[in-house]
Amino acid sequence: MLNRTIAPESQAVNHINLIEPGHTALPNGCQVYWFNSGDQDLVRVEWIFNNLRFDTQKPLLNMAVNTMLTEGTANLTAAQIADSIDYYGAFLQAEYGYDQSQLTLYSLNRHLEHTLPVVVDVLTNSQFPQNELDTFVRNQQQKLQVSLQKNDILARRAFNKAVYGNTIYGLSANAVDYQQLQRANMLAHFKQMYQPANCTLVISGKVDEATLQQVTGACANWQNSADPADTTQPTITPVAERFFYTEKPEALQSAIRMGLPMVNRSHPDFPALQVLNTVLGGYFGSRLMANIREDKGYTYGIGSGISSLKHGAAFFIATEVGADVCRNAVEEIEKEINLLKNELISEEELSLVKNYMQGSLLGSLENVFSHADKFKNVYFSGLGLDYYDRYTEVIKSITAEELQTLANKYLNFDEFHKVIVGKY
Amino acid sequence: MVKFDRFTLSNGLRVIVHEDHTTPMAVVNILYDVGARDESADQTGFAHLFEHLMFGGSVNIPVYDEPLQRVGGENNAFTSNDITNYYVTLPAVNLETAFWLESDRMLSLAFSEKSLEVQRNVVMEEFKQRYLNQPYGDVWLRLRPMVYKTHPYQWATIGKNLEHIEHAKIEDVKAFFKKHYNPQNAIMVVGGDVTSEQVKQLSEKWFAPIPAGEKYVRNLPQEPDQYEERREVVTAKVPLNDVYIAFQVPARTNGDYYALDLVSDILSRGQSSRLYRALVKEQPLFSEIHAYLTGSFDKGMLVVEGKPLENVSIDKAEAAIWQELNKMCDTLIPDNELTKVKNKTESTMVFAEMALLDKAMNLAYYELLGDADQFNHETDKYLAVTAEQIQKACKSIFRKDNSSTLIYLAEK
Repeated sequence: MLNRTIAPESQAVNHINLIEPGHTALPNGCQVYWFNSGDQDLVRVEWIFNNLRFDTQKPLLNMAVNTMLTEGTANLTAAQIADSIDYYGAFLQAEYGYDQSQLTLYSLNRHLEHTLPVVVDVLTNSQFPQNELDTFVRNQQQKLQVSLQKNDILARRAFNKAVYGNTIYGLSANAVDYQQLQRANMLAHFKQMYQPANCTLVISGKVDEATLQQVTGACANWQNSADPADTTQPTITPVAERFFYTEKPEALQSAIRMGLPMVNRSHPDFPALQVLNTVLGGYFGSRLMANIREDKGYTYGIGSGISSLKHGAAFFIATEVGADVCRNAVEEIEKEINLLKNELISEEELSLVKNYMQGSLLGSLENVFSHADKFKNVYFSGLGLDYYDRYTEVIKSITAEELQTLANKYLNFDEFHKVIVGKY
Repeated sequence: MVKFDRFTLSNGLRVIVHEDHTTPMAVVNILYDVGARDESADQTGFAHLFEHLMFGGSVNIPVYDEPLQRVGGENNAFTSNDITNYYVTLPAVNLETAFWLESDRMLSLAFSEKSLEVQRNVVMEEFKQRYLNQPYGDVWLRLRPMVYKTHPYQWATIGKNLEHIEHAKIEDVKAFFKKHYNPQNAIMVVGGDVTSEQVKQLSEKWFAPIPAGEKYVRNLPQEPDQYEERREVVTAKVPLNDVYIAFQVPARTNGDYYALDLVSDILSRGQSSRLYRALVKEQPLFSEIHAYLTGSFDKGMLVVEGKPLENVSIDKAEAAIWQELNKMCDTLIPDNELTKVKNKTESTMVFAEMALLDKAMNLAYYELLGDADQFNHETDKYLAVTAEQIQKACKSIFRKDNSSTLIYLAEK
């Protein structure tokens, strides 16, 4: 007779196999990394650029230049760019990030001969035509109006401003910032940022020798401009204020976001902090979820995380809770933080979190693109793939005592920047 | 090409195995053939609430998530108007844990009062977060009852209102389980670093002893064809005006589905699409505009949605949309444009084969539609669509008297 009350035997995850990329540097300075794997005849090519130094007078340049890359070159209109990419079933995406911005091409290998030249034209000849800029500004301003009606977005804006101060990370764009975008400034920004010496090219998918030659060959004649990219960033100074409340009298729910500046991935404590964060709010069975959703029913979801950036990092807790229970939710969050500082995590809970995190790392390596993504995470933090060996080692070996020490070192609830949008 | 094996247990549970040894992971995807369309009109939102309760402990296992996380696994679920789908991903070496957990909750739930009370609250917060506390969040609560007068698609999966969720009782939960959650109404797909033999053996061990239960026979009132123009204007606390035009379209299994899916691509997929190019870039009248198909098992919807620029009147905005739709009816689409959307569909299918969980979900979905192998023939069906079929499909649906128009006016 089958005994359904007893769990089947299980095994811990022991080894994670990461694909080491191939590497070469082009004569123009562009660094190339590639990951060759997969049964499908397709490839992802990412041209990744460090953002230029944040200019408080022109705060949106990094974002606007990236977003508008596909809006016209000296040779192709925006419509022609879209036509030629779409016709071959390819996808071309401009993605702006806090540290790097990139252009990503997804293409079947057999169509690269048609899709690559379009991307190279975009990277070398973008023009930011005035009529397209006008459209961009108008549409962004409209979208902003919708975003500003969402409490969670308002909370995130206020929180980022608090912990990151007046930097590219803390920026909360308003309608006027869009109005001030000038085509001449965008062209200058483009010229300085989008040059091969500031580019990391990451190719993943079916990258055989011919494909590699094809992609690097397409970038071979790409020249640097006379002016090198200034990718330094101003120092982060968090604001002194700790509590930010925006009242929305008709809110059914309040958005809560709180936390504080943290060390980033390059710090030795970071892997251990990831364990601590997972216990608190980093997975479905976390303490915050168990208490505030599964026991109290105050929210649909609550979580915590550490955003690790090149020049800074922040630990944060975020949720949207019933407006009538907002105060209770904040109190419960405080209780959970203090519990981490005052009591040891039980062996049972810690072993669960350790197994979960290792399984989760294994599961995050779904296909060759995920291997490339893992590489980018460490590469742009100035680390190597051996980071994941250290990470796995820390997960396996860390003790409840060490986690308690970390909680006391890094998590002081009174120092948290607390943002509430809704009712309190 | 996604290869698979298929067998049925004596209790009626259909099992599909897809071996993929490029990953160290396994997925177990269980689709239950029940959705919001199977609810009664005075108890809406129940299929989705029930999905939450499936995580509240089963007859022999007090909590679902914890033992799974302990072996390095993760899980989630979603409910649509047609189906409820549960999925687990975990290291393949621990596959049996998923069988243990999933079979116990198919056998019977714990039916805990505490779990019901908490999940009622959680779902009501979900209702507020996604539908009530967002600009335009209530659009499906408004649009569905305009398009559907008879069919249960007239309510959204979250339910008609908070009260229906608030009043859910444990007897209702038990009855729903008995009616819908049994082997005959489920399809299980196991994929990843597994073998067919192993899955057969584990299925026999854990699932075969579950009683077959009663077969649920679906008999829903079908929505009559629409021959009247429907229109609603709401003034709401939203920042911008918004136009939604919904058209009734044939069911997912109707042959026209592929032509209509390409129609939505021609209209709004990517920056070369017609609505984006004509109405956002060239004229310009909208800040954003989209078109999409719901792909419902019964009569579905094709929806066009756009936010006009602030100086553009609603009349002008609507007329511009209709001009593009009429163009689809009056003129055959050029060869290169048809080739473009077909190429896009083809490459999307190739990309989809890179994701194990997507493959597992798709196999379950197509098996429910009739045959899992149809997943491998989808591309061919899109490639076979002609310009004439597209024009014919457009003519049959883009009629004023087949439209439901919902206008949001921003409260000034």
